[in-house]
Amino acid sequence: MSKTASAFRNGKAFIGFVTGGDPTIAKSEEFILAMAEAGTDLIEIGIPFSDPIAEGPVIQEANLRALSAGATVEKLFGLVQSVREKIQTPLVFLTYLNPVYHYGYEAFCKRCAEVGLDGLIIPDMPFEEQEELRSIADSFGVDLISLVAPTSEARVTEIAAAARGFLYIVSSMGVTGVRSEITTDLGAICTRAHAVSDVPVAVGFGVHSPAQAAAITAAGADGVIVGSAIVKLCAEYGAGAAPYLADYCRAMKAAIS
Amino acid sequence: MPTQQTYTQPIGTRYGGFGGQYIPETLMNEIHALEAAYAKYKDDPDFTAELAALFGDYAGRPSLLYYAEKMTSDLGGAKVYLKREDLNHTGSHKINNVLGQTLLAKRMGKTRIIAETGAGQHGVAAATAAALLDMECEIFMGREDTERQALNVYRMELLGAKVNAVDSGTKTLKDAVNEAMREWVSRTYDTHYVLGSVMGPHPFPQIVRDFQSVISKEARGQILEKEGKLPAAVMACVGGGSNAMGMFYHFIPDAQVKLIGCEAAGRGIDTPLHAATVAKGEKGVFHGMKSLFCQNDEGQIAPVYSISAGLDYPGIGPEHAYLYESGRASYVPVTDDEAVHAFEYLARTEGIICAIESAHAVAHALNYVPTLPKEENVILCLSGRGDKDVAAIARYKGVDIHE
Repeated sequence: MSKTASAFRNGKAFIGFVTGGDPTIAKSEEFILAMAEAGTDLIEIGIPFSDPIAEGPVIQEANLRALSAGATVEKLFGLVQSVREKIQTPLVFLTYLNPVYHYGYEAFCKRCAEVGLDGLIIPDMPFEEQEELRSIADSFGVDLISLVAPTSEARVTEIAAAARGFLYIVSSMGVTGVRSEITTDLGAICTRAHAVSDVPVAVGFGVHSPAQAAAITAAGADGVIVGSAIVKLCAEYGAGAAPYLADYCRAMKAAIS
Repeated sequence: MPTQQTYTQPIGTRYGGFGGQYIPETLMNEIHALEAAYAKYKDDPDFTAELAALFGDYAGRPSLLYYAEKMTSDLGGAKVYLKREDLNHTGSHKINNVLGQTLLAKRMGKTRIIAETGAGQHGVAAATAAALLDMECEIFMGREDTERQALNVYRMELLGAKVNAVDSGTKTLKDAVNEAMREWVSRTYDTHYVLGSVMGPHPFPQIVRDFQSVISKEARGQILEKEGKLPAAVMACVGGGSNAMGMFYHFIPDAQVKLIGCEAAGRGIDTPLHAATVAKGEKGVFHGMKSLFCQNDEGQIAPVYSISAGLDYPGIGPEHAYLYESGRASYVPVTDDEAVHAFEYLARTEGIICAIESAHAVAHALNYVPTLPKEENVILCLSGRGDKDVAAIARYKGVDIHE
C-alpha cells in the first residue's frame, strides 16, 4: 500500500486542502499541524499558481494572497520537509502542471521524495497526458493521483484501473467552491471504480458540510475532500485560523466516522 | 533557438513536441466529442457547402489581394500586397473561424456559444455568428479591455450577446480565456467554447487553423494570378496566432516563401512590458497546450503588455511554436512605437486605417521590404480594420478625443 493510500486505514478518510503560503509559509505549517491533530487523514497543499483555471473565487484569491506573500515552489518543499519532521500524515501537492514542468519532472519528483511528499494532484494533466510524468513519479515513489468527473462515463474504468494512491472524484461540473447541492450519482462512479481497482476513492469539489460528507461516504466513497470551505476559514481568520480549522476538521471527521 | 528539424504535418494531438490536451478531466469527453464531430464534418459536402456559402454571401470572401503601389514605390524594394481581411464582415479575419465553429457547434446540437476576446474583434465576430445562426452567446473580456474597447462591448451587446467583464488576474486576454474555460467546465451539455485563436487544447489549434487557412488558400491563388510567382515572404501579426497561421498555412510546403510572424514587443523586449512570447518566452504548459509562454523563474505565467489588446497574450499557438522550433517560420518583435508609426504610415500612404494588431506586421514590412529586390513580392496580412483603435491611438499621441 502506498503512503497516500494509507490515509484510508482509519475508516472513511477526511482530506483537507490548504493553499501553501496563505497567509505565510509558517502559518501554513501551523494550519497543517492543527488539521492533522484534529484527525485529518491526508492533507493537500496547493502550490499557488497565477492562473488556476479549475478553481473558483475562494481558492483563486488564496493563490493570489500566497503569491503576493512570496510563496515559491522551493519554500513549499521546505514547508513539507518541516511538517514531515513532526507528523506522519500523508501529504500531497495540488499543483497546476506548469510549475512542475518548469522545475523539471525528474528534479521535482526527486525533491518530493527527499522532503517526504507522497503524491501529486495536477488538475490540468488528464489521464492521457500523464504518461510523460507517471513513470518518473513512480520511480521516486510519488503517487500521481488521477481525477474522474461526472462527465467521465466510460473513462472511469480505464482511469481507475491505472490509478495510484487514491482516485479523486470531482463531484460536479464546474470549478472548486462550496455547493449547496450535489446532484451527480456519485454511488455509480464509486461502484464503477471499485469494480476495477482496490485504490480508494474520495470525492471533492463543493463538499463542505458534515451532512454532505456523511451522505457521500454512505453512497460508497472511501473519503471526502474539502478545499474551499477550509480556505474560506483561512481567509476569514487569517493568522488566527488554526483553532477554527481544527474544529471544522474534527466535525467533518466525526461525521464520516 | 530553432533546431532546424523538418516541419512535418502534425499528428494526433501534437504539433511537433507541442500541443496536447492539458485540460481538466471534466472537459475530456467533450473535447473528444469535438474531435469526432470535426473529423466527421470537416470534409462533409453539406457542411463545407454551407460554410462556403456563408463565406461568400455573408462574410464577403474572397477578400481582396490589394497591390499597395504607393507603399511599394515609397519603400523601393519588393512589391507589397495586402491581404485585406479587414474588409471582411465584422472587420477582421475572426469571422472565418467563428462561422466555421458556430456551424460545427450547431451540428453538435449545441444552442449556446461562449468566447473570450481581447480587442473585441473575436467577441464581435462570435456575437455576429450567434445572431445569424440563432445561438445564445456570452463573451468574456478582461475589465481593462472592456475599457480600452468600450465601443466593441456595446457592439456585442447590440448583437444580442452578454458581455462579462473579467476582474481576475491582469484583467486582460489571458484572464478572459481562464474565465471562459471555467464557464465551459461548468456547462458543456449545451455550450461550445468558440476559442478565438490557434491555441488551447487539441483540436482547437487545428480547427482554427483550418478555418483560417482560407486566407492563404485565396492569397496563394491570387498572387500567382497577379504576379505569376510565389511571394518571397508572407507576414502577419501574432498574438495567439490565428491570422498568421491562416496566412502561413498553404505556403508551408513552398520552402522558398519566408513565413514571418510579428509579435508585440510593447515598450521593448529589454523591458518587462511586452508580449513577445517567441523572443522572451520558454516552453511550458498552459491553457490546455504545451507551447511557448512568457513566464517567470517559478513557472508562473507573466503579466504581458502591448498597446494592442489583441496581441496582449502570454503564449502562442503550438503549431507556431513548432514552426519556430523547426526553423520553417521566424518571429520578430515589434514595439508599440513602431506599430503606431506603421498605423499612421498606412493611413497616409494607402488610405487604409488598419487594426493596431495588423500594424505590427506593417511595421516589420517597412524595415524588411526595402532589403528585397524589386522583382520579388511580399504579402502582408491586414488582419483587421482600425476603427476600434482610433481613440486609443489618439490618446497615445496625446490627443484628447471624446467618442
